[in-house]
This record gives sequence, C-alpha cells and structure tokens, in this order.
Amino acid sequence: MSALNLRGVDKVFNPGSEQEVRAVHGIDLQVERGEFISVIGPSGCGKSTLLRLIGDLTPPSAGTVSVNGKTPAQARLDRDYGMVFQSSTLLEWRKVQANVELPLEIMGVGTAERSRQAAAMLELVQLDQFAGHYPWQLSGGMQQRVAIARALAFKPSILLMDEPFGALDEMTRERMQSELLRIRAETGTTVVFVTHSIPEAVFLSTRVVIMSPRPGSITEVVEIDLPEPRSYETREDQRFFELLTSVREGLRAVEAL
Amino acid sequence: MTKHRDFLGKVYYRLPAIGIFVGGLIIWEAVVRAFNIKGFILPAPTAIATTFATETSDLLTAGAGTFSTALAGLLLGGVAAMLTALAAARWRFVRDGAVPFAIAANSTPIIVLAPIANSWFGLRSPFGSIFVVAILVFFPVMINLVRGLLSVEASQIELMDSYAAGRRTTLWKLQLPNAAPYLFSALKVAAALSLIGAIVKEFFGGSQDRLGQYITTKAGLLQFEEAWAAIVLASLFGIVLYNVVVLVERRVIPWHVSVRNA
Repeated sequence: MSALNLRGVDKVFNPGSEQEVRAVHGIDLQVERGEFISVIGPSGCGKSTLLRLIGDLTPPSAGTVSVNGKTPAQARLDRDYGMVFQSSTLLEWRKVQANVELPLEIMGVGTAERSRQAAAMLELVQLDQFAGHYPWQLSGGMQQRVAIARALAFKPSILLMDEPFGALDEMTRERMQSELLRIRAETGTTVVFVTHSIPEAVFLSTRVVIMSPRPGSITEVVEIDLPEPRSYETREDQRFFELLTSVREGLRAVEAL
Repeated sequence: MTKHRDFLGKVYYRLPAIGIFVGGLIIWEAVVRAFNIKGFILPAPTAIATTFATETSDLLTAGAGTFSTALAGLLLGGVAAMLTALAAARWRFVRDGAVPFAIAANSTPIIVLAPIANSWFGLRSPFGSIFVVAILVFFPVMINLVRGLLSVEASQIELMDSYAAGRRTTLWKLQLPNAAPYLFSALKVAAALSLIGAIVKEFFGGSQDRLGQYITTKAGLLQFEEAWAAIVLASLFGIVLYNVVVLVERRVIPWHVSVRNA
C-alpha cells in the first residue's frame, strides 16, 4: 500500500463565480512509504494547494486522494500528518517545550509521557538546551527546528512541508537540509516538500515533481539517484550538477508553456 | 545586593517622570503665589493637600461610593462584552449582525445616556450609574476581543486542523491566548472609561455622597479646594485601577511583546 495515491485530482476555487480559479488539474501521483518527494514549480502553480489537498485542509473538486489506503479526512483524524509551514507558526505564549507538546496535549497524551516525548524530539533537533525559552528568544532557523520537532512529536507517518526553509539564509538553509535528512533517516517518515529552490529539491529528494503554471499539473518527475546518506560532498558531486540541470531544464520547459 | 541594585535602577529609570511631577507641582505653587491667583480659578497644590486632610472622611465616603459603582459597571459590562465576543467569534451570523452596530456604537458619545439613565432607574438607584458604566465599557471590550479571537494566522488554524483539533480546543489553545493582549488593551481603556462614566452620570444627580455630586455641589458653593481634592482623588482611583490591570496583564501574558521588556 502506497503512502499517497492521487488520481485525476482537480481543484477549482470559487467555482462558478467571477473569482473562479483552477488551481491544479489532473494530478496523478503515487508516493511510496519512506520516499522524499519535492514539489517545485513557478509561483502560484498550486504547489501549496497540492499539499493542502493531501493534508485534507481543502477538498478536491474532482479525482481521488488516498493516504495510507484511507481518505485524507480519516488520515487526518488518525493523526497521520505532521505539517510544517514557511513561518514557524509557533504559539508565542508557549515556551519551546510546551510548543512541541501542543499536538500531544490535543491528542490527550498524559503529562509525563508528553514531556518525555517532547524532550526526545527537542534532542533530535538538537535544541534540548532551549526547552525553557520563548520562541522570540530563538533565531529563525531554531524556530523552524522547533516547528519540525513539533510536527514529528506524535510520530506522524507523513510530513507535509510548505517551503519550510524559505525564509532562512543560505548557510542556515543548507544546515537545516542536512538535519532534515538525518531526522528522516532516524524516523523513516514519508515527506512531501514544497520548495522554490532547485538545489534544495535535488539534495533532499528521492524524486522531484515539476509542476506547470496554473492550472498546475505535473509535467515531469525527475528521479534523484544520488547515493545516501547525502552530505556536504553530495553538493559537489558531478551527478548532483547533472540533476540540477535536468530539473532546471524541466522548469524552463514549463515556463515556456 | 542585586535586589538593591534593581531598585536603584528602577528609581533611576523613573527619575525623569518624578522630576517632571515634582517640578510641575513646584511651578504650579509658585505661579499661584506669584500672581496671587484666586482659589476659585486655581487653588495651590498645598491648599488642595490641606483640604484633603480636613475633608478626608467625606472625600473617602464619596470616593468609595463612586469607585464601587465604577467597578460594578466595569465587571458587568466587561463580562457581558466577553460573552458577546465569544458568541460573535463562534457564530458568523452573530458577528455579521452585531459587530457593525458595536463599531457604530463605539464611535458615538455613549455618555450622553447619563441624564436619561436617571429617568430609567430613578435618581437614588445605583443601577443607573452601573448601567451607564456597563454600556460605556461594553463596546471597546467586545470589539477588541472579537478582533483578538479572529486575528489568528491562517496557517495556525491549519495547524490546529491538521491535529484534528475541535472548535473548543482551537478556541482554548489558540484563539483565547491570542486574544489576551487585545483584551488587556481594551481593559485599560475600559478602566478609565468606567470612572468617567460613573462621575459624569453623578453630575446629573443622585446620592450626595458620590464624587460627581460632591464636585458639582462644592463648585456651586465656590469651595474649589474641596472640588479639586475630589478631582485628585478621582485621578488616584483611575491610576490605581489602571495599574491593577497592568499588574494582572504582566502575570497573565508575560510572553507578549508589550510586556516582555517592561
């Protein structure tokens, strides 16, 4: 059973009105467990909409989405999704530890267990020293790591990430990418990752999905056959540059559409 | 040692304000004496202070009456506003129906109801004053709370949705904490409004042992030192009430940007 299976998915916002927008069209995508899929495409091509369709935050207008063999709604009720957004969306009134505990609290996990799991997650993102800080006392990169710890705290089977490193500087960004791969190797989570950055997509993914401008549809899927674990050397590998080029050409082809 | 230094630091930080306050009093006193200004135009600070000492009992009785009325109205109007705001945040039709009127009402001088309240509740009833104060504080509290409850980031709502959190959970864990700073801003405004409302309402009649009546009566008798002493007392109540709100705010939302560095 695949982690994700999308068949002929369409999404039209405000159908029938003047503001009707056809966001995505005819999406077919199958993702196996443990895969890391990046979605890349021009601005406004419906990448985020695709993520929201998978996460049951918006219903499809046509087609079917199945998640671990279930409807997205059921998957959401089963807490299969961890979400990370471009802004960390940490709750500013909660300290770091309490932010990571939030989903566990909502899911009714007991106090002791909650605090143990949150502490373990903070250790995983190497922020255990900052458990007692407020979010505003942390840098942007650290806040985003807290958001990742929070998303992983309840061990969701699928991580949905919407440009999570988009607001970070290049150096922090590369360090966060390596972190994310290490965390994924430890947890075996399936990841769907929306990004604007070609190197980021190539470095992280098992496959890169290229989308066309609105209405967004998948024009090409590039297999990333770089060896794992990926490291600093990966970025200087000849194959890395070849893959960058093929993703870039794929994107240039859709921009010409 | 550090406590001592903290205290000195605080005094140092307050020095400009203390300086202006004391300097202002001295200039006031000096101007009154130098130009021989009559007490019915502007009494000297020392004259007001003396009156305070001789009239303590009358002033405190009047002050306590007015202050308790203001507090009762603040409580009543505040609680009603919070319940209305919760309903407006929860149900769209309440929001669409009530909020435009609340905003309109908030920009009218509601205090004009004061003379009318007497004919509704009777001259001697404390409920007239409580009613005026409650109405006065209701709108700013309600409008700000609704704003606070609704101004959460879309992605934060999506986050709660992704946890399959119910409406009540989202209200408790996201919307209410988010609204707390808005509520405290409104309560600071409401604290001042409650005293204004109570005193202005008392100008139009009612019990003699209230600040509003005390001020109008003494001014009518040309006893301006007494009137001024009552004005100073009313200001003190206002400052105390405001600071109570600030103290509670610091305890409840120490994380908020307005409190962090205070």
